[in-house]
Amino acid sequence: MSEPVLEISGLRKYFDVDRSRGGGKVYAVDGVDLSIGPGEMVGLVGESGSGKSTVGKCVVRLLEPTAGSIKIHGRDVTHLRQRSLRHLRRQVHMVFQDPHSSLNPRMQVGAVVAEPLRMHRIARGKDLTRRVDEMLERVGLGPEMRSRYPHELSGGQRQRVGLARSLVLEPSLLIADEPVSALDVSVQASIINLLLDLQRDMGFSCLFIAHDLAAVEFLCNRVAVMYLGRIVEESSREELFKHPRHPYSQSLLSAIPLPDPPVQRERKRVVLTGDIPSPVNPPSGCHFHTRCPVAELPLCRDRDPELIAHHGQGHRTACHLVHADGTAPDITKGAGPLVHHET
Amino acid sequence: MARLEVEDLHVRFDTDEGQTLAVNGVSFSVEPGEVLALVGESGCGKSMTAMATMGLLPPAASRSGSIRLEGREISGLSGREMRRILGREISMIFQEPMTSLNPVFTVGYQIGEVLRRHEGLSRKKARLRAIELLDLVRIPAADRRVDEYPHQMSGGMRQRVMIAMAVACNPKVLLADEPTTALDVTIQAQILDIVRDLQHQLDTSVVMITHDLGVVADIADRVVVMYAGHVVETGAVDELFASTQHPYTLGLLGSVPRPDLVLADVQGRLAEIPGMVPTLHEPPTECVFAPRCPRVSDDCRTEMPRLAETAPGQWAACVHPGVARAHPTEVVLP
Amino acid sequence: MSAAGATVRVGRRRSAGRSRFVARFRRRPLALIGLVGVVVVVVVALAAPLLAPYDPAASDYSAILQGPGSPGHLLGTDDLGRDVLSRLIVGSRASLTAGVFATLLALVVAVPIGMVAGYYRGWVDVIVSRVTDVVLSFPFLILAVGLAAILGPSLKNATIALAVGQLPMFVRITRGEVMGLREQEYVQAAVINGAPTRVVLRRHMLPNILSPLIVQSTVAIPGAIIGAAVLSFLGLGVQPPTAAWGTMLSQAQQYVSQAPWFAVFPGLAIAVTTLSFNLFGDGLRDVLDVRLAS
Repeated sequence: MSEPVLEISGLRKYFDVDRSRGGGKVYAVDGVDLSIGPGEMVGLVGESGSGKSTVGKCVVRLLEPTAGSIKIHGRDVTHLRQRSLRHLRRQVHMVFQDPHSSLNPRMQVGAVVAEPLRMHRIARGKDLTRRVDEMLERVGLGPEMRSRYPHELSGGQRQRVGLARSLVLEPSLLIADEPVSALDVSVQASIINLLLDLQRDMGFSCLFIAHDLAAVEFLCNRVAVMYLGRIVEESSREELFKHPRHPYSQSLLSAIPLPDPPVQRERKRVVLTGDIPSPVNPPSGCHFHTRCPVAELPLCRDRDPELIAHHGQGHRTACHLVHADGTAPDITKGAGPLVHHET
Repeated sequence: MARLEVEDLHVRFDTDEGQTLAVNGVSFSVEPGEVLALVGESGCGKSMTAMATMGLLPPAASRSGSIRLEGREISGLSGREMRRILGREISMIFQEPMTSLNPVFTVGYQIGEVLRRHEGLSRKKARLRAIELLDLVRIPAADRRVDEYPHQMSGGMRQRVMIAMAVACNPKVLLADEPTTALDVTIQAQILDIVRDLQHQLDTSVVMITHDLGVVADIADRVVVMYAGHVVETGAVDELFASTQHPYTLGLLGSVPRPDLVLADVQGRLAEIPGMVPTLHEPPTECVFAPRCPRVSDDCRTEMPRLAETAPGQWAACVHPGVARAHPTEVVLP
Repeated sequence: MSAAGATVRVGRRRSAGRSRFVARFRRRPLALIGLVGVVVVVVVALAAPLLAPYDPAASDYSAILQGPGSPGHLLGTDDLGRDVLSRLIVGSRASLTAGVFATLLALVVAVPIGMVAGYYRGWVDVIVSRVTDVVLSFPFLILAVGLAAILGPSLKNATIALAVGQLPMFVRITRGEVMGLREQEYVQAAVINGAPTRVVLRRHMLPNILSPLIVQSTVAIPGAIIGAAVLSFLGLGVQPPTAAWGTMLSQAQQYVSQAPWFAVFPGLAIAVTTLSFNLFGDGLRDVLDVRLAS
C-alpha cells in the first residue's frame, strides 16, 4: 500500500467526569490503531459507548487526543494549534449525523457550501458561484437550491448539503459520522448510493462511522469493530462478514435482523446478555469478557488481548481465543451460563 | 373473535395552516397471540394510528372510526372509562424509555402503582409482583434493582421496565411504538426476545410499530404497510416479503442494504424512492403514491385505489399490483 | 433525482412560512394588543412636538391644578398651570429614550462579553460569571439608583446606570445560548471548514442567539422604563422643568389628596407602556419559539 492518508496509532482520549457525578475518567478511546489508504473506505462500527465517534472527532481535531498520534499524509497533527491546523482543515472534512443541527438555520444553502472555499480563499465572485453550483449538482441538487434556507429542505436534502459542504474543497479524507442513521430508510438508500458515487468520482478516502453494520458492509472495503474504546477486530469486508473471528463481532452480526422472514427464522442467533459496561469503569483484561459467551476465565479477565494479525489479508483480532492460523471459537456452540439460545 | 379491530380510522389535525389528514381510513385487526407490524416511514401515520387506538391524541386532533376490543366498541368511551382500560386491557410502550418513566420514583414503585390502581393490590404485594415482573423481562437481580431509580439504569434496562409496567396487568393487547429504535442492536435483540416470550407466555396480542424491516421479519406474523395515512399493503409476513405486490413496499425492501446479498454481489445498488412522503391537506384525488411510483399510469390518477385481495390473505391498494421481489437486482426502482 | 418534485413543494412552503408567522401572531389577541400599544407609544414619542396641544413648559397661573375635562385642558393642569396632556406626550420621549437606549447599550456591551465567556469557557468564563453573579446579587433598582447618584443626575447618566443594571442578565443569556450552540454540529462543521473564531462567533452564533435576546429585550425595556421613572421620581434622572413621567409623579405626590388625577395619568402611562411591551414580548416569544422548533 502506498503512503496512508490517515494513520492513527495508540490513540487515547479520556474525559474527566464532574466531581459532582462521582469524578473519575471516561475511557472513551483506549488505544486505537487504524490506518486508511488512498481511496479506501473504512467502516468503524460499534454500539453506543464504543468510542467510535470520539475517534472521528480526534481525527478532525474537534477534540485533542490524550495520547497517541494522528498523522495525515504522514504529517503529525495530533497536537497542532489553531493556526497550524490550516493544512489539516483543507485535507480532512466531516459529515454529521443530525441533518437538523448540521446546518446553520440562518444561512442559505449557497453560503453554507461556499464557506469552506471562502475561508481558504480558494474562490470568489463568479468563480465561487460556479464551484458551489457544480458541487450542488454533484450531490443531486439544482442551482435554485442556493437561496434556500435549511428549514425549507427535507432531511435527505439537508444531508446532501452537508455532503456538498464537506466535499467542496475536494479533501483527501472524509469522516462520515453516522451520516444516515437519522434518516428514513428510503432516504438512507439515496444518501448511501450518493456517497458511493461521490467516492468513485472524487477518490477521497473515507472513515465511515456507524452502528449500522449493513450500511457499513454495503459501502466499505475494510471494517473495524470497536468495543469500549478498543478495536476488537479489523479486516476486509468479506472476511468480517463471512468469517467474523471475535466473539463480539460474531454476536453483533447475529443480532442484526435480516429483512427476510424465513431466513431470519432459521438463523442461529446468540443474544448477548447484559448491557455494555460503562466506559467510566471498563472491565479488566478483555473488555468483552463480562458478556462473552465463550470467555475463558481467568485468562480473559486478567490479560489484555492484543490486536494481532493472523490469517493474512490484514485480518487482525484482539481475542485470546483466536489462534494464529485464524481458528476462532464459535459462539453459537459456546456453553456456559451467559449464553442464551434462541429456538 | 379478533382481539383488537380497528375499522375505517381517520385522524385529522387542525393547524395554523389548515387541516392535516394524518390517518385516512385505516383498518386492521389482531388475533390473540399474534404480532402485527405497522410499517412505514416517518409521516406515514403509523404512530398516530397507535395513539388514536389508545385514545391518546393531542387536543388539536379529531378522530373517527370504530375501535373494538374483543368485540366491545371503545372509541366512544369517556376519558375516565378509557383510563380504566388503559394499562389493564390494552397498554403501550414507547420509543424513548427515558422520558416515559418518572425520574423521582423507583421503578418498583412505578410498576406497583399500576397494580395498585387497577388490581387493588397492597403496597407490599405490589412490590413482590413488581419483582416478579422485572424477573419476567430478564432484569438480573430483580429484587435489588426494584428499588433503583430510572437514572441508575441503562436505556435497555429502562425499556424492560417499561415493558414490565405495560404487561403488569396482563393486557390483551400491547402496542409497541418503535420500542427498539433508540437501542443498540445487541440490546434490540434482547428486547425482541422478551416481547416474543411474553406473547407466547401471556398470549398477548402485539402491535409492533416500526420502520425497520429486519425487526418486522424477526417478530411479525402479519404486516400492515402504511403510506401517507393509508394502508397500501397488508398480508402474512412470509408472503408479503416473498411476493410483494405494492411498489412502495417493494421500494422499501429494496432500499435496505442486505448483508447476505451484498456479499453474494447481487445487490449492486440500493433502490431509491424519489421524492418525499406527502402531507395530505385534503382527501387524495389520485393514488397517494402516484407521484413517486415507477408503475404509474393514467389509471392511477383518477382516485385513491382501495385495498383489493391479490392473493389469499394478501391485499394491496394499487392499480398495478404485481408480484416482484426486491432482490436480486432485476427490480431496482429508477 | 428528487429535486424537481421537491422544489415545487419547498417553494410553496417558503411563502407559507412568512404568512404563518403573521397568522400565529394574529391568533394571539393579547400580543396584538401589546403590539398596538408599543406602536402607539413609539409614534407618540416620535411625533410629540406635533401632537402636544401646548408647550409642555408653558405655565398658565390662571389655571392651576385644574381637573380633567376643564376647558382647553383635556387631562387638566399641574401645580404650575402646565397642560398635563402635553407634558405626558412629551414626557414619553424621556421615558422611552431611557428605556430603549439603556437596553440597547446593555446589549451592545453584554453580547460580546457573554459570547467570549460562553465560547472559550475556562478562566475568562469563571471571571465573567463571578462578576455577573456579584452584580446580580444587587437588586436592579438599588444598583441603578446608586450608580445614578454617583454619576450625577441627568438623562444620560440615568440611561448608563440602567444599562449597567441590565448587563448581567444579558451576559448570562448570551453565555448560556452560546454554550448550547457550541455543541451544534454546524458550529463544529464551521471549525472543521477552517473558519476562524471571529467568523464562527459572528456568522454562526450571533444570528442564532438574536431571537432570545430580542424577546428578553421586550422584558428589559419596560423594566428600564420603570427604572427611568423611579430615577426621575427620586430626582436622579431628567431634571425639571423637562417633562418626564417619573418627575410628574414625584411632583404629583404633594397634591395626591387635592388632585389625584395629577398622579393617575403619568402612572397610567407607565403602566400601559410596560404592559404593552410585556404582552408583545410574550407573543413574540411564542411565535419565535414555535418557528425555531418547526
